[in-house]
Amino acid sequence: MATTYKLISSVTVGSGGAANIEFTSIPATYTDLLVKLSGRSSRSGAYAEEFLLTFNNNTSSYSERWLRGNGATVASSSFSGSSIQQLGQPGAAATANTFGNWEFYIPNYAGANNKSIILDGVTESNSTTAGHALTYLHAGLWANSAAITSIKISAGSYVAEQYSTAYLYGISNA
Amino acid sequence: MATKIIVDCSTGVTTEVELTAAEIAEREVMAAEYETRKAAEDAEIAAKAAAKASAEAKLAALGLSADEIAAL
Repeated sequence: MATTYKLISSVTVGSGGAANIEFTSIPATYTDLLVKLSGRSSRSGAYAEEFLLTFNNNTSSYSERWLRGNGATVASSSFSGSSIQQLGQPGAAATANTFGNWEFYIPNYAGANNKSIILDGVTESNSTTAGHALTYLHAGLWANSAAITSIKISAGSYVAEQYSTAYLYGISNA
Repeated sequence: MATKIIVDCSTGVTTEVELTAAEIAEREVMAAEYETRKAAEDAEIAAKAAAKASAEAKLAALGLSADEIAAL
């Protein structure tokens, strides 16, 4: 059980956007990590555009199982590849000035076992139209025993728009 | 040129730098992978939605009400 939440670092994207947000030199002194991400993608024509998540500049051994609802249908699938995907954020077609909200929790991030990641989020869009606002639940895995020392959030081929934010918290259980 | 924001958690210093050629290449690989997966998922979702609509239409033609179909 978490007894402390400490803000390690945070970032707010400036004008022009950013392709990646990277937290580096993450100290190994906590039990778990928590990232709070609020983002918007520059992708034109998109209501929900995914951001990509990798650790330690490593692009292998990621997998995930996800559940997504869009207001009309529910979809679930699994994926293995070079990143954790499906972190849906509003794209340029979504209601102006709306941002997605995500959090991902990484227990025992500094341990010597494979890393599980708990992810949940919403795209937000202030819209009741099916497909314009989505909700997600993910079970992620990075099959790597290295301690996580850096986290990279990528906006794929696009950029995270200005005012997108990411907060990294360290959580201790004692 | 695309940039990235780096937050050094040991110092708290934030810097914004241009992506290297290797990072751009990596980003393109991941993005292509994502596009392939997303296209397949979108096709699957569209197929399921079409099948659902077709099934509901057939049930309605048999005389089931909208509430009865929704209750199935």
